[in-house]
This record gives sequence, C-alpha cells and structure tokens, in this order.
Amino acid sequence: MSGQDDVSNPWARLARLTPARIGLGRAGAGLPTREVLAFGLAHAQARDAVHTPLDAEAVAKEIEALGFATLTLASAAPDRATYLRRPDLGRTLGEGAGATLTALQAEPVDLALVVADGLSARAVHEGAAAFLKAFKPHIDKAGWRLSPVIVATQARVALGDGIGAGLKARAVAVLIGERPGLSSPDSLGIYLTLNPRTGRTDAERNCISNVRPAGLSHELAAFKLHWLLTQAFALGLTGVGLKDGSDRLLEGPAAQAALADRLG
Amino acid sequence: MPYRHVVGARTHVFVDLPTLMAKATPVRSGDRLAGIAAESAEEGMAARWCLADVSLAEILARPLIPYEEDDVTRLILDTHDAAAFSDIGHLTVGDFREFLLTASSATLTRIAPGVTPEIAAAVSKIMRNQDLILVARKARVVTRFRNTIGLPGRLSVRLQPNHPTDDAAGITASIIDGLSYGCGDAVIGLNPASDSIATIGGLLHLFDDLIQRLAIPTQGCILTHVTTTIDAINQGLPVDLVFQSIAGTQGANASFGVTLPILREVHEAALSLKRGTLGDNVMYFETGQGSALSANSHHGIDQQTLEARAYAVARPFRPLLVNTVVGFIGPEYLYDGKEIIRAGLEDHFCGKLMGLPLGVDVCYTNHAEADQNDMDTLLTLLGAAGCTFVMGIPGADDVMLNYQSTSFHDSLYLREVLGLKRAPEFEAWLAEIGLTDASGALLPEGPSARLIAAAPGLAA
Repeated sequence: MSGQDDVSNPWARLARLTPARIGLGRAGAGLPTREVLAFGLAHAQARDAVHTPLDAEAVAKEIEALGFATLTLASAAPDRATYLRRPDLGRTLGEGAGATLTALQAEPVDLALVVADGLSARAVHEGAAAFLKAFKPHIDKAGWRLSPVIVATQARVALGDGIGAGLKARAVAVLIGERPGLSSPDSLGIYLTLNPRTGRTDAERNCISNVRPAGLSHELAAFKLHWLLTQAFALGLTGVGLKDGSDRLLEGPAAQAALADRLG
Repeated sequence: MPYRHVVGARTHVFVDLPTLMAKATPVRSGDRLAGIAAESAEEGMAARWCLADVSLAEILARPLIPYEEDDVTRLILDTHDAAAFSDIGHLTVGDFREFLLTASSATLTRIAPGVTPEIAAAVSKIMRNQDLILVARKARVVTRFRNTIGLPGRLSVRLQPNHPTDDAAGITASIIDGLSYGCGDAVIGLNPASDSIATIGGLLHLFDDLIQRLAIPTQGCILTHVTTTIDAINQGLPVDLVFQSIAGTQGANASFGVTLPILREVHEAALSLKRGTLGDNVMYFETGQGSALSANSHHGIDQQTLEARAYAVARPFRPLLVNTVVGFIGPEYLYDGKEIIRAGLEDHFCGKLMGLPLGVDVCYTNHAEADQNDMDTLLTLLGAAGCTFVMGIPGADDVMLNYQSTSFHDSLYLREVLGLKRAPEFEAWLAEIGLTDASGALLPEGPSARLIAAAPGLAA
C-alpha cells in the first residue's frame, strides 16, 4: 500500500522537524493509500473529541489540589448541539450565575482565572491543572490577589468578560480548549482581557495559543502570561495595542536564568 | 418602503431592503443565528422573486447601512464609478443576472468599478451554483508582484507552511515540501503563532533569504496584524506583501483593530519599498462570511452581503490577493458542506464581479458537519469557475490554526483534471530547476535533494 514514490531518506529527516504532514509521497496526483486512511482516522477522532463532555468535577478537584479555591458554573447553552450553533449563549452566563459571582467576591481582585471547555474538553482535562501549577509561582511572586478559579462548561472566550466583571477583577485570563486540529486535539488557548466587562471585543484581548506538550510548554506559557499581565497592569491596556515582547526578554541572559530557575 | 410578493392567496411582505436581501439569501446558520433568515422555504423564494424586480439604481440609492454611520458605506458611495454603472443602472436584479450570463469578459471588466457589493450580493442570491461558476469564469482579474497571477487557464497556490511554534527549520521543511509539489506561486504565506516583532522579523528574513537563494519568482508574507507590519517596515525588515483581515462594516473592522486610515498608511509604506519586480500589487487581504456578526457589528444585514462589502474595503488598495477563508469560522455561520460550498462559490463570484483577485481557502473545522469529500467538490467547482488561487497545506492539515484545508496533492489533482497551469514565471522556474517537464507535470525524480541543500539550516 505504499505510494509509487517511496519516502526517501532526506524527507524522513525533514519530517522530524515539524508536526505538519510533509514527505507523504504520492500516487500520481493523489496521496498514498496509507495517508488517506490515516487522515480519515484522525478526522474521526477529532470529531469524537469535539463532542466529549467536560468532567468539571474532576478538573475542579485537580485545581483545588494545587491550593486554589474553585467554583463551577455553566453558560446559557444547555447542551453541545445548541452550543455549536449558538455562540451567543456560550458567551452568556447561565441563570443565577451572575448573582453567585457577585456574592462570591465582595472585594475587588487583580486577576480572575477561568477554565473553560471551549471546543476541546480534552485540552482542559490534560492541560489546565498543569498550566496553573506552572503559573502559580508567578502569581505568588507578583502578589496578585486572586478570585476562586472558575470552571465553566459550554463556554466561549467572552464568557470570561461577564465572569471577570462579576468578580470585580482588574483582569481575566480564560484558559479554553481550542478547536481541535487533526494533529492537535489537546491544544489550550489563554485569552487575557484587562478591565473585563460584557461587550469587550477580540481586539481588546491578548492570546497565547497552542499550549500543549507538543506546542508551547506550560512553563513558557506561564512566563508569557505573567509578562503580558505585568505589562497590561502597567500600561492599562490589552489587545492589539499590547505586543508580546516576552521573546526579547527571553533572549536576555537574566531572563534565561530566571526561566531556568523556575523550570528547575 | 415595504416590498411585496404574492404567492397564491398569500402576500409576503418585506419591510425594507435589508430584510428582503436577508430573506432572499439561501439559508445558512449564521443568518438564522442573527434572526434574519427566511422563516420558510416559500418565504425565501418569494423574497427572491421580489428581489429580482428591484432595480440596480434603487439598490445604489438605498444604502443598507446609513452613510453617516459607517465608513465602509462612505467608501462604497464615494468611490462609485458612475460611468461604469451607466451600462447597467437601468437593469433590475433579474435582468442583471441574464446580462451577466451573456456578457463577454471585456464587458465584465468594464462594469466592475460600477458594481457595488450590495448589487453583486443581490444578483448572486437569485443565481444557481452553475450561474456563479459560469459568470465568475469569464471575469478575469490579473495582478502582479514578482509574477503574474490570474491569467486564463491558470491556478495559483498559496504555500502555507504554518508551524505551531514558528520553528524556523520546521517552517522551512514545509516550504521545501510544498515547492517540490510545484506550489507557492500565489505567495508563500505563514500565519505566525506569535505576534512579537522579534519573531516576525526572523520569519521575514527566513522567507526573503529562501526566495532569493532559490531565485523563486514569488513573494512572501507573514500574516500578522498591520500595526506589526508597519513596525517591521519601519525597522527596515524585508516585507513583500502586507496582510490584513478585513470585514464589511466599520464596527467589524474595529474589532480586528483596523481602520481605513491605517490601511492607507501601511499601503503607502509597502509601496515605498518597491520590492515587486513585475508590478506593485502589495496587499493581501483575508475575509470570511460571519465575521461582522461574530463582532456584533452586522446591523441586521445578512452575512453574504457583508462579505461582499469587505471586498469593497479591499478594492481601492489594488490587492495582489484576496482570500475568503470560507469554512474557517465554524458551524454557527456555515453549518455543513452544502452551506460551505454555496458560500465559497458566492464569495468567489462577488469578488470577481467587483474586479478583485479572489482566491478561496476551501476549508472546514472539526466541529462542522463537513469532511474532505465536501472540499473535493468545492475545489473542483472553483477550478471550473477560474478561481485565482487556493491553499496548499501539507496533507491539508494546518497544525497551527487547527483546521483542514486543501493540500499540495489537491492542487496536483485539480491541474490534472482541469488542465490548469501555474503563474507563467513560476512554471518556467519549475522547469528550469528540473522539477517539471515541458507541460508542467512533476517529474518522477524531482530535484528534491537540490531544494533541500539550498534551504538554510536543512542541509544534512
């Protein structure tokens, strides 16, 4: 079942440099049979992943074990089928959730963290607690006041605006399952918004995407989120006006040492 | 002014032109989400009958979004070419469909500056898929930077070598793979994972070095926000094309962090670099149905009409490429393969009718009711429609943006089935380096080793 051109050695070497599907070979203009079938299987698995429900209880337990308080709530989308067709409901807090948040948090906080299923519960199951573990030392060092971590189901990114406003937070960071790719069903995105309130646009957010073992590591993502938050508080903005300059910082010897310290 | 259409004992009433346009649109999930879609199949057809009797002059005279409220409306009306419009101004929408089916390529080119996005959208709503293909095929739009894109019988490919962490070696490996299939004549265009200027600068140099070292008659583009590209130009970095996502309303553009003055500024800056050898089409825009609704800036207008208005935003900048990323936005806007296929044909038709070099990212996400068979169908239809370019992504799987598009192999399929050639300068280069034979077909033993050896950082 191999194609008419076997994958030669140089292509095998190149294929190791990227998760992209390179060096596949071809049968005329088409793919070799093994590649057509491999693609079909990956798509089948991704389709299944989209419809897996979030185990909010287990995720909350894991996060509590790290020393965070948690609260679980739902968006206004009652089920997955509605969630996929009605993003507006995924951005709206479910009935009573607003009052719960207001009651939960009397004093303003610096940061609200939201863990949301989005389009891949698997990303949250496998990555949310691990990211928070990496991010916790940054919070402790900065001395930021934190609300309980909100675990949200049938949630879109903008659900964090209502949550952040309800918790009187200066900023909200939403950790959310990104739409699964064929090669990346486990990718977490982190969206940061200063002064969250309902009606914020995507241009007012900063995004750290592709947080997963084969993508951006939890440690590096935590470093970037800390950098963005520090800048956001200092400059009073997030979004297109705030460029991610953490790379430049990472290239400096002091930062490398600091990162090595944290990773160590 | 209400519009009416009588079907048997029943009179369908549409309160205004935006309502009529929305209800006449073939049904899709995004218009349902906005609460503006036809509520029955009969209402949809009544709206199309009614729209067919509306004159083009009336559509021009009744802006769907008021002039005072929206700078895209102002742009459309302030730049409208009355002379070009005079050939078609007396027609109804229904007459215009028949005019288009019989018009020559030269006529379509002549009227293009007089076609507003609302007129293009209106006529598309009463056209079947075969009408959209037939007319678009006749509308030729040719652009140039380092090669010639859009000639009859040609199809170009954007080589999209995305990598989840912008790794230079990984990106280079994908580029070499794509070149070995003869892809990359539209642009070698990367969606970076990072928007930091340090990363963008490194990638701009990587692309520039590779294009120069292999002497490829093509252009590079790092698809980052225009404000970052302005920084890159100011720092003296090698910017070929300027990329920006755009939409059909001022509010939706604001949600992308972009305004018309910013676009004018970056366009001027890119022109001043004079990096094009054959022409000065320096802009690359991306669009897609649903973006205005997603940004809560749709003004009750249907998503297909707003998409055509995005092309009006692009038009004054004489772009090299405009790409409708048709199935990327998700099932809440285009639910399944049938809706994605229809939208792809509509977008391509409207863009071409307005005189723009429309390409289509034939794509879907894993939460849509679609699969690669639907993409095969749309790709084949677009090939027949004379689409300017499509995407070439390793194995059709974008490992950075997490969606499925068309692959390097898919372009080979389309070339073989429909006899489509690449941009002539690129085609000549492929033959010169020994990758293809005189007819443009890939040779069994191409010069892969030479391509790899010439790629920075990849030599064994």
